[in-house]
Amino acid sequence: MLLNTIILALRELKRNVMRSVLTILGIVIGVGAVITMVTIGGGATAQVKEQIASMGSNLLMVTPGKRFGPGQSSSVPLFKLDDGEAIAREVSSIAAVAPVSSQSIKAIFGNQNWTTQVTGSSNQYFRVTNRTIRTGRLFSDTELRSGAAVCIVGETVRKKLFGGQECLGLNIRLEKLSCQVIGVLEAKGQSTMGMDQDDIVVIPLRTFQRRISGNQDVAMFQVSVQQGASTEKAQQDIRLLMRERRHLSPSDDDNFNVMDMKEIANMLTGTTRLLTALLSAVAAVSLLVGGIGIMNIMLVSVTERTREIGIRLAIGAFEHEVLFQFLVEAVVLSSFGGLIGIVLALSASVWLASTLRVPFVFNGGIVIVAFLFSAAVGVIFGYFPAMKAARLDPIEALRHE
Amino acid sequence: MVAFNQIDTHPIIELKGITKVYGAGQAAMHALRGIDLIINEGEFLAVMGPSGSSKSTCMNILGCLDTPTSGSYKFKGIEVGRLDHKQRTRLRRFYFGFVFQGYNLLKRTSALENVELPLIYRGITANIRRARALQALEAVGLKGWESHMPGELSGGQQQRVAIARAIVTDPSVLFADEPTGNLDTARSHEIMDLLTRLNRDRGITIVMVTHEPDMAMYAKRTVHFLDGRVESDNQNGRIL
Ligand SMILES: Nc1ncnc2c1ncn2[C@@H]1O[C@H](COP(=O)(O)OP(=O)(O)OP(=O)(O)O)[C@@H](O)[C@H]1O
Ligand SMILES: [Mg+2]
Repeated sequence: MLLNTIILALRELKRNVMRSVLTILGIVIGVGAVITMVTIGGGATAQVKEQIASMGSNLLMVTPGKRFGPGQSSSVPLFKLDDGEAIAREVSSIAAVAPVSSQSIKAIFGNQNWTTQVTGSSNQYFRVTNRTIRTGRLFSDTELRSGAAVCIVGETVRKKLFGGQECLGLNIRLEKLSCQVIGVLEAKGQSTMGMDQDDIVVIPLRTFQRRISGNQDVAMFQVSVQQGASTEKAQQDIRLLMRERRHLSPSDDDNFNVMDMKEIANMLTGTTRLLTALLSAVAAVSLLVGGIGIMNIMLVSVTERTREIGIRLAIGAFEHEVLFQFLVEAVVLSSFGGLIGIVLALSASVWLASTLRVPFVFNGGIVIVAFLFSAAVGVIFGYFPAMKAARLDPIEALRHE
Repeated sequence: MVAFNQIDTHPIIELKGITKVYGAGQAAMHALRGIDLIINEGEFLAVMGPSGSSKSTCMNILGCLDTPTSGSYKFKGIEVGRLDHKQRTRLRRFYFGFVFQGYNLLKRTSALENVELPLIYRGITANIRRARALQALEAVGLKGWESHMPGELSGGQQQRVAIARAIVTDPSVLFADEPTGNLDTARSHEIMDLLTRLNRDRGITIVMVTHEPDMAMYAKRTVHFLDGRVESDNQNGRIL
């Protein structure tokens, strides 16, 4: 009898191909969207964490402006180079301090051009950011002091401007500045924020100030703390030093930030987490829409199905047999749709993860939740109307309009 | 399970004061106004009466498809009103065959599958089921139409599928609500011959609603309905 009922259910599904397909589609869309969104979001978060871990925890960033305030008010004084020198001199546990000022500029070589991030700094920059020179050399002291027209380029810039050509000794143009390539950086790939870390040109800070920004300001300092020394202590020391240098009275708030990687990490994971939450909300809506789709199809077919139930009851089907048939139908549709949804979502996630270059992180929890939700919708809206109908006298079910 | 064949001395069907009221209050519609009727095992009974005289309403109650508002319905001496849902279903499954006035076939389901359906619920194995369904379809003259869907059949053909579905289980009682309503005269007589044979050879009790005196003449007894009451109840005198 059990087998018979299952056969009846499958026959009924086959007979109503359109209804079955639409129901399955609703489930596929719901389940698929949720799983894809959550998986990609999870991957992005994992990537941020991993990259921050790889950057090391001994990095500090000193930036002007109020803590996490929206934009800097013009009244906040910017840094000068001697602020960095003071940090290096006065704070004992510091390994290196790099002044950093950047601007997006179009670099030109021959008829090739490429817009890239031009950073003015010192050789300390490579130490602080953990980068090495692949070919060529670092800046010389003379070049740094005199603000010479020389540059070290990242792999992406090299490829875009020179292709396969040897580039050391050649001149590229950065706006009005024509500068000689003296080194190429070892490739590093994408950063936490999805930015290409090899899309960079580094020039001496003095060159940057004179020829590009036209002032003596330094946008920020990147500081690396000595191995084994306390970052918190260094952070505190820098903060006190800066307050003193900026003549802040005890009642004044800081008008600069000293952030360690943990804070930066929190900020970034916070952002990706927010993003994941947003994506999940979108996904939840699609799950809901899918659910409503299933519900509609199920409810629309109730009239016809109620008549069917009446016929089956009239020729001697027990209530429980009819209901079991409907349950089997709902379960088959839901699990079929759910499985397709899961397979599609996982393939889409793998593909998206590789295109967006985030790791693929399988999240079993959301797979189960999405599946159960759509299964529940299918079963509830397939089963409960049937339950109501199967309790009627056959003639009432037959008369249903 | 209730043994419906415990006591054989009872008439197979006994109605006493059956009423059926549709709706309530001002809008109440008294369809059956107290039906008393005794049908004995092996009878072939024709029910006649003008349209709207509640013949179908009465048939539905007899077939346990509907519940009366009041009155007593005994099947083989057992009060049907006291049976629960499941026991009433059991009656339909094992004792009754029902031909609806409106056929009530499953849509998008072949003639053969429609006829097989009651056998599926009786748990009969696939090949026996198929053989019996084919036989029933042949008996109503639908050989070769097995794989057609109801939508592809004429009204008369659908009616005959419905008859085949009702007789395929070899029921104790066959309730047929205007089984020849949509058939031509020749076809009608064929169906009546079939019913007569089932009644005579297999002892199936038949209750049949018809508008045609010609068809009623096949029965041994004719009951006339008028306004929800039994107006007359006659033995037909001649048996074909
Ligand atoms: N579900 C219902 N609700 C309200 N009134 C109903 C319902 N079913 C039947 N009736 C009424 O009961 C009366 C008897 O109907 P029924 O179908 O039993 O007549 P009938 O004798 O079978 O007629 P016909 O020969 O046309 O088939 C009719 O007046 C009809 O309007
Ligand atoms: Mg009628």
